[in-house]
Amino acid sequence: MALMEENFETQEYKINLGPAHPSTHGVFRAVLTLNGEEIIKSENHIGYLHRGIEKLAESRTYAQFAALTPRIDYLAGALNNWGYVVTVEKLMEIEVPERAEYLRVIIGELQRIASHLILISSTCIDLNATTAWMYGFSAREGILDLLEMVTGSRMMPAYYTIGGVMDDLPLEFIPAAKKVIADLNDRLNDVDGMISGNEIFLSRTKGVGVITPEKAIEFGITGPNLRAAGNAYDLRKIAPYSVYDKFDFDVPVLKDGDCFARFSMRILEIRQSIRIIEQAIASLPEGPITAKVPKIIKPPIGEVYNQIESAKGILGYYIVSDGSTKPYRLHVHSPSFVNIGIFPEIAVGMYVQDFIATLASFDICLGEIDR
Amino acid sequence: MELINNIFISGANLIRNILHWIGFGDVFTNLIMSVVYFVAIAAVVTFNIIIILWIDRRVSSFFQERLGPNRVGPFGLLQSMVDAAKLIGKESIIPDAVDKVVYKAAPIFIFTVTMMLYALLPYGQGMSAVNINVGILCFAAISSTSTIAILMAGWGSNNKYSLIGGMRTVAQVISYEIPLCFSMLGVVMIAGTLNLNEIVLSQGKVWYVFLQPVAFVIFIISALAELNKSPFDMMEAEQEIVAGYHTEYTGMRFALFFMAEYANLFVLAGLGVTLFFGGWDGPFLPSWMWFMIKTYLMILFLEWVRWTLPRARVDKMMQFNWKVLIPISIANIFVTGIIIKLFHII
Repeated sequence: MALMEENFETQEYKINLGPAHPSTHGVFRAVLTLNGEEIIKSENHIGYLHRGIEKLAESRTYAQFAALTPRIDYLAGALNNWGYVVTVEKLMEIEVPERAEYLRVIIGELQRIASHLILISSTCIDLNATTAWMYGFSAREGILDLLEMVTGSRMMPAYYTIGGVMDDLPLEFIPAAKKVIADLNDRLNDVDGMISGNEIFLSRTKGVGVITPEKAIEFGITGPNLRAAGNAYDLRKIAPYSVYDKFDFDVPVLKDGDCFARFSMRILEIRQSIRIIEQAIASLPEGPITAKVPKIIKPPIGEVYNQIESAKGILGYYIVSDGSTKPYRLHVHSPSFVNIGIFPEIAVGMYVQDFIATLASFDICLGEIDR
Repeated sequence: MELINNIFISGANLIRNILHWIGFGDVFTNLIMSVVYFVAIAAVVTFNIIIILWIDRRVSSFFQERLGPNRVGPFGLLQSMVDAAKLIGKESIIPDAVDKVVYKAAPIFIFTVTMMLYALLPYGQGMSAVNINVGILCFAAISSTSTIAILMAGWGSNNKYSLIGGMRTVAQVISYEIPLCFSMLGVVMIAGTLNLNEIVLSQGKVWYVFLQPVAFVIFIISALAELNKSPFDMMEAEQEIVAGYHTEYTGMRFALFFMAEYANLFVLAGLGVTLFFGGWDGPFLPSWMWFMIKTYLMILFLEWVRWTLPRARVDKMMQFNWKVLIPISIANIFVTGIIIKLFHII
């Protein structure tokens, strides 16, 4: 036996996971050094979806660029749109009417649910639970229909304008929204029953890709991933922007920091978002939907940074204005870009299978990483 | 009634008589008859693959609230035909870096193995192409050789994803073959024969699924592993290793792997029916019809499991096999043996 082990030669090898791979959620590329199926080293390679959005902003007026923002994170378009207009409003010191703020919250939370449903579905498909995957996507379809009803676009809703929102809610929106929310609750219970208690699913996700609370802070992870690692940090609660201080909702926190915590965190957050939407619809005030904004938007000279809680974490916009109609420089601080920084650290010692599960549970969006 | 029941056997006898009438000797007649059997089996294989593919698509779409293929032919029945025609028309690319001989031989090899298994199944009363006394043993022996074909494909492709897929296959299929054979052993002990037709006949009073429920559960689990169906589809896990051992295959070569997989589904479902559900035995309808009905119900059950469960973890799967399935299956054999002995004493 000893003789065999001495003569047994093993070899490490490298494998390109991506950019064209079924489960890298776009064009993420990880170069894995493997020993058998165990990962020895992992490197992140990004940039395959770079569209130069930050540079494009410099050749467009402030209002024009608002229509480009949903393309940054195409799974949570409305929230990117929101983050941008709030930043310009902060620079120009515009006061947004209350009804507009409520509409923003309703659309933003719907978009957050849609984005979280993507994570739930894509985690399921990456673990080959194909039926649960379709359930998630069909639930998302109802929300996209609602978004289309209000904003005119399913994926790229340029609904938020500087000073308010584009249009008021159509008459049929509120009954439709109530129906979608009821369906969504059913669907979440379906997925919960089918996946969350499944022994195979638990063995794939529990204790896999664990991030300790300290490590999460160290690597600057934000959003649901941070909260799944035991830190109750949510901008909507800690530094309430818009009208979030008027709603009664909880910030769910889970301690484990593994894939399963990140997965169930999304289900918990969807339930909280539903609460917010229900309250916002019930207490929707009357009034104008946009502030008085000059026709040509010319912010004063200066710079501004503002951040909101997007679906994937803290989304920040940094704008430098030279007093002209176009931004001098615009930078997007995108949550996915920060979140993937920890991959090389936690991937070491994993199996390829666990790496896929971890990647799925992080909810990265390549549009946001490469911009 | 009697005519429909024996339609295939009388057909075969008719051909045999015609050959004798023409004046062929016994040896030559047998030779031609084996070609006839082969063609019949090939027809069964192809026909079943097309039906199973259609069931796979329609059933999964029913589970997942989709429509599924419904444009080509009634209820989309001809969709699989169109796909097959498309795959035949595709260029079969052979990458430069592959080991050409192994690469080309693998798909032929894997399909041949499957065809051989079809010859052993009892499709109806007296309807086995090859009726031998060690049917189960032969079945286990032949089906385990498909591992080699998959390893050939994985190694010959000279692709890292293929290699991982091939290696996973060897580990998985060889391990799960043990509980699969042990679960068959319980049935063999009660029936007292290895002949598949005699096992069917011995189930006249009660199906073995009631006498051997533990063996049946073990059989289903290991059959899923043998078939590469979820939750045990590690070897071609598309989310992890792209397509596993057939990553580098295109056109008809890929189609052969694909068809072998679905053909295997029918074979193992048919074996399960033969061993545990009385095979072709049943009232009123012709025996071959009973076999088909039972087998397709079994396939539906396997599809149901497959579309519901996520994929297991490789290491957990192996632990489950060696630490749970094999001990239970051995215990099952012991308990069965003791009970049989007690019955004999009484």
